[in-house]
Amino acid sequence: MAQIDSASNIEQPLTTADGVPLKVSLQRTLRRQKIVALSLVAPLFLFILFSFLFPIGDMLLRSIDNTIVPSELPQTTKLLQNWNEQSGELPNEAVYAALAADIKKGAKSKTINRTGKRLNYEYSGFSSLFRKSARRVQRLKADKVESYRKELIKIDKKWGNIKFWQVLKRESGIRTASYYLAAFDAETNEKGEAVFKPENERIYVNLFGRTLLLSFFITLMTVLLGYPIAFLLASLPTRISNLLMILVLLPFWTSLLVRTSSWIALLQKEGIINDFLVALNIIDSSNRLSLIHNSTGTVIAMTHILLPFMVLPLFSVMKTIPPDFMRAARSLGATPFTAFRRIYMPNTIPGIGAGGILVFILAIGYYITPALVGGTDGTFISNFIAYHISTSLNWGLAAALGALLLLLVLALYLLYDKIVGIDNMKLG
Amino acid sequence: MANDKPLVRFEDIQKSYDGVTLVIKSLNMNVARGEFLTMLGPSGSGKTTCLMMLAGFEPATHGEIYLDDRPINHIPPHKRGIGMVFQNYALFPHMTISENLAFPLEVRRMQKPEREQRVKKALEMVQLEGFGDRRPGQLSGGQKQRVAVARALVFDPELVLMDEPLGALDKNLREQMQYEIKHIHENLGVTVVYVTHDQSEALTMSNRVAIFDAGVIQQLDPPDILYERPENAFVANFIGENNRLFGTVLEASGDSCKVEIDGGHGTIQANPINIDGVGKRTTLSLRPERVTVNPEPGSLPNMFDAQVKELIYLGDHIRTRVSVCGHDDFIVKIPNSSTHALLKTGETARIGWNVEDCRALDQSD
Ligand SMILES: Nc1ncnc2c1ncn2[C@@H]1O[C@H](COP(=O)(O)OP(=O)(O)OP(=O)(O)O)[C@@H](O)[C@H]1O
Ligand SMILES: [Mg+2]
Repeated sequence: MAQIDSASNIEQPLTTADGVPLKVSLQRTLRRQKIVALSLVAPLFLFILFSFLFPIGDMLLRSIDNTIVPSELPQTTKLLQNWNEQSGELPNEAVYAALAADIKKGAKSKTINRTGKRLNYEYSGFSSLFRKSARRVQRLKADKVESYRKELIKIDKKWGNIKFWQVLKRESGIRTASYYLAAFDAETNEKGEAVFKPENERIYVNLFGRTLLLSFFITLMTVLLGYPIAFLLASLPTRISNLLMILVLLPFWTSLLVRTSSWIALLQKEGIINDFLVALNIIDSSNRLSLIHNSTGTVIAMTHILLPFMVLPLFSVMKTIPPDFMRAARSLGATPFTAFRRIYMPNTIPGIGAGGILVFILAIGYYITPALVGGTDGTFISNFIAYHISTSLNWGLAAALGALLLLLVLALYLLYDKIVGIDNMKLG
Repeated sequence: MANDKPLVRFEDIQKSYDGVTLVIKSLNMNVARGEFLTMLGPSGSGKTTCLMMLAGFEPATHGEIYLDDRPINHIPPHKRGIGMVFQNYALFPHMTISENLAFPLEVRRMQKPEREQRVKKALEMVQLEGFGDRRPGQLSGGQKQRVAVARALVFDPELVLMDEPLGALDKNLREQMQYEIKHIHENLGVTVVYVTHDQSEALTMSNRVAIFDAGVIQQLDPPDILYERPENAFVANFIGENNRLFGTVLEASGDSCKVEIDGGHGTIQANPINIDGVGKRTTLSLRPERVTVNPEPGSLPNMFDAQVKELIYLGDHIRTRVSVCGHDDFIVKIPNSSTHALLKTGETARIGWNVEDCRALDQSD
């Protein structure tokens, strides 16, 4: 009876035998599975959240963070809002008085130098200006000062330079775009417009360009060198190919530093390759090739290091191409070359794509190898990020450069998805 | 036929992959022009290997293969002009159906208008008009198989090889495709060498069937001969249903011999096809449908009492398992008609058969 009912009333929601709507019942049974799945994922999720997502978020914030200036110079930055930086006139006495008070407070808590350093990124001179002012402002007796403007300009005449005040006003908010401007080799001119720096002061745009170009070369080299290897591995019997695969994977099990250093031994001026070429009289001893501490060295060493990342996806894609494809093509009249070009090769494109994007993304963020063998013209953007983090301590700029790198990788990933399709990607 | 020279000739072909075992042991076989020849045999018997040597993907270890009287051992596959259909279709997934079909024509540098016309005709032949722009992934198994057949034929090869082309299809579709392939073969007059596991497929489609076992052709004959006159115990057992009785030859004379059944269960008059001589062991082979139930006394030379063990109703006939001559699995097919008495389980009946229907073959285990 119940069956007949449910068959005749199709519009009515289906129920289980005890009258519970089917959907509810299904959800109930699925809930337990979901809870189990979640609890399995939770440890990794939390780990990634705290060790990866939060730090990245923090870095992204740091690239626009400027809280130090308004919090160290609270009165000054507040009063500067009313000053018109285009007027050509210095700020009024109240601003100078506020500045003196802020510096005095900062000097006591010994934080004023950090503000100077921060502003020094924008315009050099701020660091020494604040250090000097902090020392001297403490000695001023408040009741004897008739004009803070005069006193401050007496301490350092930079306080009479409108340029310093313009920078201070621009950087008085809690957010700043100046790190990103710097990352694009741009600056703010007197009129408050963003303009590119003069040609000879540009660094980062060229560096991004070089990083992309060299990474592209490296990717190309890994395709050219990795394709035949993967082809060989995929066409050999499993027993032998497993053995040879160990050779491909060997670099994975050797320390990155060891591998890079051995390249130095091989490639340097007095290295094995140059000695060999000289011994064969191919080059003469006075003009040995400079194969290292330049972009050539970076490309050679990184091609070697990243090769397995190309071979593995290629191999796994090639493994899935049935041998019957080539046989079919041959039986249909194609020469071995035509069969390869028209049938085999197109079927390996997902592998080339996966390996290519993997190698490329790894390459543009690479650090150790370019640092060791790159010299001056073979270093990557990541080397400068590291420099700003550990040496110049300009973390804001490092964060901006890092964010741009991240953006670049995401953009490339989307581009790849548009052209090849992520679904087509096979990583193994 | 004007040209009665065989199209393909295998001469003393031997093949070994590892240098230790012979996968093909001395194969001699002719394929006539326009013939549909099937290689049938158990797994691992060397059928695919034969096909691969003919197509040129595996070199023969010894011997020569002739195509049109031309030795082809040293001709690469793409110059042999042999079409091939693979079990897993081997359609190129990155090309549309039309591009797949045009591929053999393109590599032959055929002009575009003719190419298109041929592709269209090929699609019509396999009833897939309108599927040209799809990719192989968008077709069903049967449709893919049809495309594979069309692709192997689109460049007008004289010879087409098919290696278990229907192996991946379900039973209904397989039967339909058998019919279609047979039809295409008859219409085009192309020579087909076909490999299958399925004996009914082999029997219904072929002009001749080569029964392979352990790298040797056991028998090469038209289907009816294979069924009616198997030459050895393997073929008798492999093709169709077959009752086997083991015994020793007591005496042999011309067209009859006397065989004593093992275990002292009596003697049988049999047709000596393939026996080694008096005193040697032999396998008797008897088709279930050649057994008569309740024959007139004295009408048949072999008559025995049989105990009915099991009846299986199969519609048109009743499969009856009886125990006779100490043999528990003896099958008798009784047609389901008014003229035939039906037996009951447990009763004892008399059964008998003719001398020529009971073939004395080689010893087997
Ligand atoms: N490439 C190869 N290397 C080594 N041995 C092989 C190779 N191909 C086939 N063999 C062996 O040769 C024998 C015959 O194989 P073949 O593929 O010809 O059998 P088949 O009759 O086609 O079997 P099936 O019905 O299972 O397809 C088998 O024992 C098989 O293991
Ligand atoms: Mg096979």
